[in-house]
Amino acid sequence: MKFMLMMHAPRGTGEYQIHGWKPEEFRAHVQFMKDLNKDLRERGELVGAEGLAPPGQARIVRSQGEGAPEVTDGPFAESKEFLVGYWIVDVENAERAYAIAGKASTAPGPGGKPLGIKIEVRQVMSGPPDSL
Amino acid sequence: MQTAGEHLLRELAPQVLAAVVRRYGDFGAAEDAVQEALAAAAFQWPRTGVPENPRAWLIQVAARKLTDHIRSESARRRRETTVVLESPPEDNVVPPPDEAPMQEDDALVLLFLCCHPALTRPSAIALTLRAVGGLTTPEIASAFLVPEATMAQRISRAKQSIKQSGVGFVMPRPEQRHASLDSVLRVLYLIFNEGYAASSGPAHQRVDLSTEAIRLARAAHDLLPDSGEVSGLLALMILTDARRPARLGANGEIVPLDEQDRALWNKEAIAEGVQLVTEAMTRGSVGSYLLQAAIAAVHDEAAHAEDTDWPQIVALYSVLKRMSDNPMIALNHAVAVAMAQGPSRGLALLAKLDRDPRIKDHYRLDAVRAHLLERSGDVMAAVPYYESAAEKTASIPERNYLLLKLARLRGGLAS
Repeated sequence: MKFMLMMHAPRGTGEYQIHGWKPEEFRAHVQFMKDLNKDLRERGELVGAEGLAPPGQARIVRSQGEGAPEVTDGPFAESKEFLVGYWIVDVENAERAYAIAGKASTAPGPGGKPLGIKIEVRQVMSGPPDSL
Repeated sequence: MQTAGEHLLRELAPQVLAAVVRRYGDFGAAEDAVQEALAAAAFQWPRTGVPENPRAWLIQVAARKLTDHIRSESARRRRETTVVLESPPEDNVVPPPDEAPMQEDDALVLLFLCCHPALTRPSAIALTLRAVGGLTTPEIASAFLVPEATMAQRISRAKQSIKQSGVGFVMPRPEQRHASLDSVLRVLYLIFNEGYAASSGPAHQRVDLSTEAIRLARAAHDLLPDSGEVSGLLALMILTDARRPARLGANGEIVPLDEQDRALWNKEAIAEGVQLVTEAMTRGSVGSYLLQAAIAAVHDEAAHAEDTDWPQIVALYSVLKRMSDNPMIALNHAVAVAMAQGPSRGLALLAKLDRDPRIKDHYRLDAVRAHLLERSGDVMAAVPYYESAAEKTASIPERNYLLLKLARLRGGLAS
């Protein structure tokens, strides 16, 4: 079963707060994410993972089918949180996806403390109707 | 399309692997070596012709690859490029005198090993398709729509788990045979289901996993001809697959059983499946796969949906329900009761399932309730259940079917 694990962060100023961290805090955070991805890859569970540029650079594109599509600048006042990155994993069951998300959530922040990042876990729609 | 040569290679793959593992012990290394031997054969045989004893040829080449690996670690890095060049000249491949005909048990041991309960299901599935099914890693990766590197890792980890678990290349002990066989059947069933459900997707290039699962189940049936459950699983797959030509509409949408054009069903396959069920039923012990196959057979034997022998299906589900505490079976039983005795009887049975935490939030419960309400004439009541079923399912074809159904009902209500 495939799941998308979406990492959300508070919107703040529209830039990543990670920019204000000390170098060793930043390095510890990056190392944690690298280790996590390496582990998922070695388990044969990682389908894909990406980090996203800050929402300050985001654009919303819309089209009604006529004329040029409309392009609006972000960040977007209506959203309190934004997506900072995601993983797609192929795992045995939902519990395993929650466990990975739980691990990712503990990525270290300032002072080396777990950030408790909010991670939304969604099943990827696909073929087999799951039977019990 | 598969050529005859490829077909032969796939047939021989597990036999060759079993022989090499038996001789050298190291399952992981043997598996790599056999893959290389298969690649060499796939390249060479179309040019030089199939050797007189293809199995012995493959064993010998695999054995040589394996000893090369043992001698030199650096061979690992070189092998991708040199595999086709290292193939031996024809005169070099006289079968060794000690090459006794394949022990049937070897193939069975291999199947038990690949489906070992110590492996996670995704690992067991991948390993079975490669080691027993003879598929390549890229083929398996594309069948499951994951990157090739991910599938390669999954397979190598599975082999590692087997090594670490200390399970040797031996038949499971008699007291473990039952659990081991269960695990094998489950893995084959999951492969079949994956293929059956995915056949609606944009998947023309993918290996057909249903066909693959049937092939593997056939091999298991050849090895264990007296097992009612193996016959049952094989029959269940064949009888389900027989309806495949009628299963999807022009836009890839699911066509439910009662609306399928039964003239499109594969009659030969149905005859084979029915015969398997009949033979196994008369042989003795009846398990859950055999019962499910029997139910599939009753459906497949009805020339029109309204000819379906629902009372018999109800009876079969009743036995199945007593055998296993599976809420999905209880749900199917409720559907059969509704068909045999009227929707209100079926709806009454659903009430019990509302309290079962394993299924109360499952989309199938909502879908069945919607369907039975609709049949009872209460279209207004059916609509919200179709809605909620469509919201909950993770299957795209299933969701599209439910949304289409909903749109039709709403259209009917509006006019």
